[in-house]
Amino acid sequence: MSADGALTASARVEALPRIAEAPRRAPVDWGAVAVHALLLLCVAVIAFPLYYAFVISTQTVEEVIARPPMLSPSGHMFENYVEAWTRAHMARLLWNSAIVAVVSAVGKIAISVLSAFAIVYFDFRGKAVAFWMIFVTLMLPVEVRIMSTYEVIGDLGWLNSYAGLTVPLMASATATFLFRQFYLTVPNELVEAAQLDGVGPLRFLWSFLLPLSWANIAALFVVLFIYGWNQYLWPLMITNTEAMRVVVIGLQDLIPRTGTHIPEWNVMMAAAMMALLPPVAVILFMQRWFVKGLIESEK
Amino acid sequence: MEAFSRRWTALAVAVAVLLIGTPAQAKTEIHFWHAMGGQLGAATNELVKQFNQSQSEYEVKALNKGTYPEVLTGAIAAYRQKNPPHIVQVFDVGTQTMLLSGAIYPIFQLMKEQEIAVNWGDFIKPVTGYYSKDGNLYSMPFNSSSPILYYNKTAFKKAGLNPDKPPATWKEVGEASKKIIAAGAAKCGFTTSWPSWTMLENTFPWHDQPFATNQNGYTGLDTKLLINGEFGVKHIGQLAAWQKEGVYSYGGRMGAPDTKFISGECAMDIQSSAVIGGFKKSLKFEWGTGQLPHWGAPYKKQNAVVGGATLWVLKGQKPADYKGVARFMKFIAEPHQQMWWHVTTGYLPITHTAIKNLETGYHFKKNPEQWTALSQLSAKPTPNSLGHRLGNFVQIREAIESEMENIFAGKKTAKEGLEAAVAKGNAILGEFAAANKP
Amino acid sequence: MKRAVFKNRGLPYLLVLPQIVVTLVFFFWPAFESLRLSFFRTSPFGDKTSFVGLENFVNLLSSAEYYQSIANTFVFAFGVTALAVGLGLFVAALATQKVRGLAAYRTAVLWPYGIAPPIAGIIFLFIFHPSYGVLPYWLGFVTSYEFNWLLKGWVAMALVIIATAWTHVGYNIAFFLAGLLAIPTSVLEAASVDGAGALRRFRSIVLPLLSPITFYLVVVNLIFSFFGSFGVIHAVTQGGPGNATEIMVFKVYKDGFIGLNLGSSAAQSVLLMFVVIVLTALQFRFVEKKVIYS
Repeated sequence: MSADGALTASARVEALPRIAEAPRRAPVDWGAVAVHALLLLCVAVIAFPLYYAFVISTQTVEEVIARPPMLSPSGHMFENYVEAWTRAHMARLLWNSAIVAVVSAVGKIAISVLSAFAIVYFDFRGKAVAFWMIFVTLMLPVEVRIMSTYEVIGDLGWLNSYAGLTVPLMASATATFLFRQFYLTVPNELVEAAQLDGVGPLRFLWSFLLPLSWANIAALFVVLFIYGWNQYLWPLMITNTEAMRVVVIGLQDLIPRTGTHIPEWNVMMAAAMMALLPPVAVILFMQRWFVKGLIESEK
Repeated sequence: MEAFSRRWTALAVAVAVLLIGTPAQAKTEIHFWHAMGGQLGAATNELVKQFNQSQSEYEVKALNKGTYPEVLTGAIAAYRQKNPPHIVQVFDVGTQTMLLSGAIYPIFQLMKEQEIAVNWGDFIKPVTGYYSKDGNLYSMPFNSSSPILYYNKTAFKKAGLNPDKPPATWKEVGEASKKIIAAGAAKCGFTTSWPSWTMLENTFPWHDQPFATNQNGYTGLDTKLLINGEFGVKHIGQLAAWQKEGVYSYGGRMGAPDTKFISGECAMDIQSSAVIGGFKKSLKFEWGTGQLPHWGAPYKKQNAVVGGATLWVLKGQKPADYKGVARFMKFIAEPHQQMWWHVTTGYLPITHTAIKNLETGYHFKKNPEQWTALSQLSAKPTPNSLGHRLGNFVQIREAIESEMENIFAGKKTAKEGLEAAVAKGNAILGEFAAANKP
Repeated sequence: MKRAVFKNRGLPYLLVLPQIVVTLVFFFWPAFESLRLSFFRTSPFGDKTSFVGLENFVNLLSSAEYYQSIANTFVFAFGVTALAVGLGLFVAALATQKVRGLAAYRTAVLWPYGIAPPIAGIIFLFIFHPSYGVLPYWLGFVTSYEFNWLLKGWVAMALVIIATAWTHVGYNIAFFLAGLLAIPTSVLEAASVDGAGALRRFRSIVLPLLSPITFYLVVVNLIFSFFGSFGVIHAVTQGGPGNATEIMVFKVYKDGFIGLNLGSSAAQSVLLMFVVIVLTALQFRFVEKKVIYS
């Protein structure tokens, strides 16, 4: 181990996981190279569809259908994206998707934080009933009760509205369940101390519990944002004007079905790239919390 | 307190003046939902604009609500929520659902009650027949078309075929296809769009064959499909054999197969006459049209049935609005609008006057492809060729097309597949009959 | 475990109220409405309704199409799960070596999780396209078999399975890698000192330690493909060719919303809810087991 003595402290920390292999270290660790190669192959296979979609989005229609297929980007990216942007009313679609994703995520987190707080930190009559009413919905996605939910939204006069698009998505207990699990791990001493200091329940929630929950909230936000952004069946059913459509559905209209011309796959893919960029960006930027959240939620 | 109320009075007066003084507020709005996208949507908007400018009392608001099924379900949902549009465009297969709904204001009744004279006799029979009950027209034909054969003249030339003579019979279609493939002029002979509509719903009446019992559903609800008879098995069986040989290439549902024709992969395409306008812009080769192919003797050559959609008037609006609805209907049926609509979109003109005017202007001489579809509608319809009146036809068409796919994939014989389609279709018809028991 | 609690009469009710209201209105009301509708036959415009008892269920359970949709659902769900979890496990097996830069690899495979299944479907639809697609073109060099998903049911099924699995494989890999990083290095070291080969190390040490994660992922992937995958089917195959990709959720939509057969659609919803309740029960039992395990 002393062979590493010349290294700076920080570099040594970085090298730590490999120390175990140090004694066997040959000039080249062929095993590790093979693993890297295989991992890179996996990455390539997973990345190829997206890369190819991007390539298509930069080509002309003629280049798209050329044989053999062109696998490198061409120079028509700008006009395709402009075309997709204007033809699909992309600005409006993206705006609607953003509203649906953010409002449904924030709404769900808000009501879940409150109900989980009530269930963990209060004793009240009917608590068991409330608990089961919420948790029985844990795994019942909107898809399986779709027709009736549609009727309900109609009765409420919420068809084709943001309320109709977002509020029903909040009727799921996953988030509540996660917050309950998390609160249960918060040491009892914290609340006891707070009570001794005369801190009220709402103050406790706001100043003590929430600051502890930020990582969970962030992780949940990523998951729920993506869930909301990628909603398909529900907005497909309850929106009936172009002004209310979300981007994932708007794309559908670009799929060539009744073609009287060669399908413009390039424009289609340009639109697809724009539609998938926001959720992918959210994942990449919030990755740290997301992965942490994944692991926490799995506990 | 007094000052306060005086101020409010002043405000109220101001608002009232503002309301009365704005002429736009006086116009009655007529809501019209349709499924016309792209070029067709632009044409629809233009038609609506012309009507709005032609008078000052009514303002028609046209709105594209998606695909045909989406428009229909959207209108039904809106009706159930007591907030329907005045006018909704419903495709051919939704006709029976609309007729039996109790939600509609029949067009003949509307015109009579609103005292607007219409010469119903001027409407061409194969179009009105589809949408009439007991001789009365229930919805206003808007965009009607019939399936025709499109062929690639360049490929025909390359294969040594006469480019001015499209194949008229199925036998000729098969022979021409084989020559084209052998000459390397195209990879496949022909493809078909809207498979159930072109290959069954139209091919049956075209040969004067019954598609379903009760005169294709016109005379009763206890209707059964008849497509698994000798004629159906022969026709679909031949297509399946050709699919195996590569003569025919199945290309999916709706208009998706068109791409095979546009890209030159298939030399012929059987598709609605409504795509003429689009093909004129996008086809990079010489092309022409011919009538829907026929099997020849012993089958009689009848007429094709129209596809497309009509405008239905829904109940539940203010009585005064219906005057405007009637005037809009009258407007779009007038010869001038009919001619403009036909020339712009490729949909059929629906009155004899409009057709005669177009003939006088040598329109069909100059644009022979526009005549093909009309020429298929000239025969006097028989009970087999009036049209189809089947409940839940959307689902039936879906069932038929999925069985056609099984047949063309070689999973089932034509007989087996058509029998399965009939069984599924009859179950759907039975469900509809039960739900609509008087 | 007894926790210190706040004493307040009204507040807890106020706190749970939003969630209870949302749950009642958008879960219980529709669920009971589905149950009620499933006993009726309703005309499309809702103007004629008649009580039919169990007829909607009887019709469903005696129709070959419904069984086919169940079979399709299982093929689809297990196909997606096998592919997405299998590939995840494969990557995890590779990573047993604890090479550098695992976190970077994780980033490189995680992002497809953000792609909506219908969009993934559209991308794969193009890659598989019989006339333009790059995959049929390449396969054309290997075999003359026509991979035409417009006509061949199994190709269509493979297409939607691959597209769906693609969106989920990164999620699975992220989980496996997280699990892997949690295994103490000393355990693996001890094994390699014993001279255990990479494969044996994976089988006898890593796999058992990863089994709770694997089980969890199998359940999550199954549920996701049961319900979350409507979009792929709707955007790409519309259930075709010949019903080959018509999964249960798509049929609920098709019969109810396009076919306007509300009774049958509601009956299918009720049966689906039953399936979900069974799956949830399984999930809960698993969660309990896992608590004991850790």
